[in-house]
Amino acid sequence: MSQAVAASSAPPHPARRKAGSAGDAIFALACRAAGLFVLVLLGAIIVLLFAGGWPAFRAFGLAFLTSTEWDPVQEVYGAGVSLYGTVVTAVLALAFAVPVAFGIAFFLTELAPAPLRRPVGAAIELLAAVPSIIYGMWGFFVIVPVMAGTIQPAIIDTVGELPVIGALFQGPPFGTGILTAALILAIMVLPFIAAVMRDAFDAVPPVYKESAYGLGATTWEVVRHVVLPYTRSAVVGGIMLGLGRALGETMAVTFVIGNANRISPSLFGAGNTIASLIALEFPESGMGSLKLSALLALGFLLFALSFLVLAISRWLLRPRLKG
Amino acid sequence: MNRRSFLLASGAAALLPLAGRAEVAQITGAGATFPAPVYAKWGEAAQSALGIRLNYQAIGSGGGQNQIINRTADFGASDAPVAAERLQQHNLLQFPTVMGSVVPIVNIPGVGGDQLRLTGELLAEIYAGRISKWNDPKLAEVNQGVSLPNLAIAPVYRADGSGTTFVFTSYLSAVSPEWKQKVGASTSVRWPVGNGARGNDGVASMVRNTRGAIGYVENIYATRNRLATTQLRNKAGHFVRPGMESFRAAAANADWSAPHFAANLIDTNGAGSWPIVSPTFILLPTNPQDATRSANVMKFFDWAYRNGGQMATELEYIPLPDQVADAVRAAWGREVKGPDGQPVWPAR
Repeated sequence: MSQAVAASSAPPHPARRKAGSAGDAIFALACRAAGLFVLVLLGAIIVLLFAGGWPAFRAFGLAFLTSTEWDPVQEVYGAGVSLYGTVVTAVLALAFAVPVAFGIAFFLTELAPAPLRRPVGAAIELLAAVPSIIYGMWGFFVIVPVMAGTIQPAIIDTVGELPVIGALFQGPPFGTGILTAALILAIMVLPFIAAVMRDAFDAVPPVYKESAYGLGATTWEVVRHVVLPYTRSAVVGGIMLGLGRALGETMAVTFVIGNANRISPSLFGAGNTIASLIALEFPESGMGSLKLSALLALGFLLFALSFLVLAISRWLLRPRLKG
Repeated sequence: MNRRSFLLASGAAALLPLAGRAEVAQITGAGATFPAPVYAKWGEAAQSALGIRLNYQAIGSGGGQNQIINRTADFGASDAPVAAERLQQHNLLQFPTVMGSVVPIVNIPGVGGDQLRLTGELLAEIYAGRISKWNDPKLAEVNQGVSLPNLAIAPVYRADGSGTTFVFTSYLSAVSPEWKQKVGASTSVRWPVGNGARGNDGVASMVRNTRGAIGYVENIYATRNRLATTQLRNKAGHFVRPGMESFRAAAANADWSAPHFAANLIDTNGAGSWPIVSPTFILLPTNPQDATRSANVMKFFDWAYRNGGQMATELEYIPLPDQVADAVRAAWGREVKGPDGQPVWPAR
């Protein structure tokens, strides 16, 4: 949202005063050190992950990225299954969460009566503060039995019978699996996306909206043609924030994804994500073992994936940021 | 979660009397989660009896091995025995503390506890995905009189690397050559079918929540969660129920003369033996930097061998036979030498 504000009004240039006192110099130095510290830390993490994962990269080559083997007995490791699981759950989660988040933000900024805005807004922020382990337990003890007992059998018996699309909804109704994980993730990222969208929509200068209303536009037309274009970068930023959280989420996913190192065509099938695989296997990996190296390599891939997501979002926003 | 809160509670309980005592020796250990409940119980009791406070972190067998190799703890704990060369290379002494057993648990409507009869081969075929329905003729053959429903089998396994998985897959490898060749035994393996859950508690809950599920847990979790266990056919060809009686029978048949006490209790002989029993081990440096702490570790386990049997039995572990404990004490005296080259045991 700050981007939106910065993009619209040119920042004022305060008259610069020459830094004369020692305090200023120390303060400047401290700030620079803090800024550099982040860069050094980031670099150190990347280097460490890559160096730790190097034996695995060397042993399996590029095939590490695509191989679906994960066999600790034979010491054959591949990232294919967990990469697939990570991307599919995160993308599905966004597909569920973004429309709902947009609805929440739209409702809160345009439709809701004033007394309702604060409590609903506060509830969304509270949702964001719930620790992920709570979502995991809730998912495991509440959502999984409902999925296993009611939702999945119903879908398997109806949609699962259809040609082509049916393959996505077949298999035994365990309750856990890719789809359940994506649902939990969607609920977890929802508050982030909704909160960012709401703040962005709120930041639109009323005069724009009022002019549009003055021209006879409907509420939808105002949001579609005034609010959304004005807040596009913030909205995409919020979605990316959600995607980032979905990619790296560990505990909640571990509880409900089924934890199987197989790619199954069905969304009800068990899978794995990079973060949950690392969390599960790390305690039992011996020092200097190829398994530990493979896990560090997975960590590096997750890092690279998150970086890629951020880079793509920046690139998508580039022309608008300039304007 | 249960285990953690239990540890926390015992930790808090251990802290309270500390205020009154001036001298409490501390020892630290890390490793296997499987014996963690009994170590916590021993630690609590030993604090008042011995004046030794045990700080045990249940971080998993692999983690325990790493920590003792780095010497960041006074002792490591591992469910799987460590290879002889590795012990030699890192100057470690390995000795057993208690034995525990792994039991299959099932959730089949209409089938009660210990009604279902399984053999090791059938268990391996279920986990390989070749038997996928509970009314499979192969299952019906050994279960005459039990009505098995036409229900898909949902195998559940430990998703985290664990000693329990090592013990269970060792058993499957011992009874099924095909399993040994295609999957093998390890703290985590490439499971052909099924869903993974985290921890013994996770497997127990997933089996309880899933109709048609089968899983395997450390025995105490089946008892505590009141899950339906199954009978297993042992090497002698008898179907046995899981229980202290059959566990003890298996323990009595163990051959402790194996080097580094790495006795194999999987699928032992004996008419009443439960086939999936395993000892759990402690790893102690043979060249401790601090002889006092090392001596305290041995004092602690010496006390546990003498006085901890009852507590172990209450938690459904099997205590070590006395002659094995004596052999362990002899090994301490023989192998563990302080920085001055003198044996650390017997302590002063």
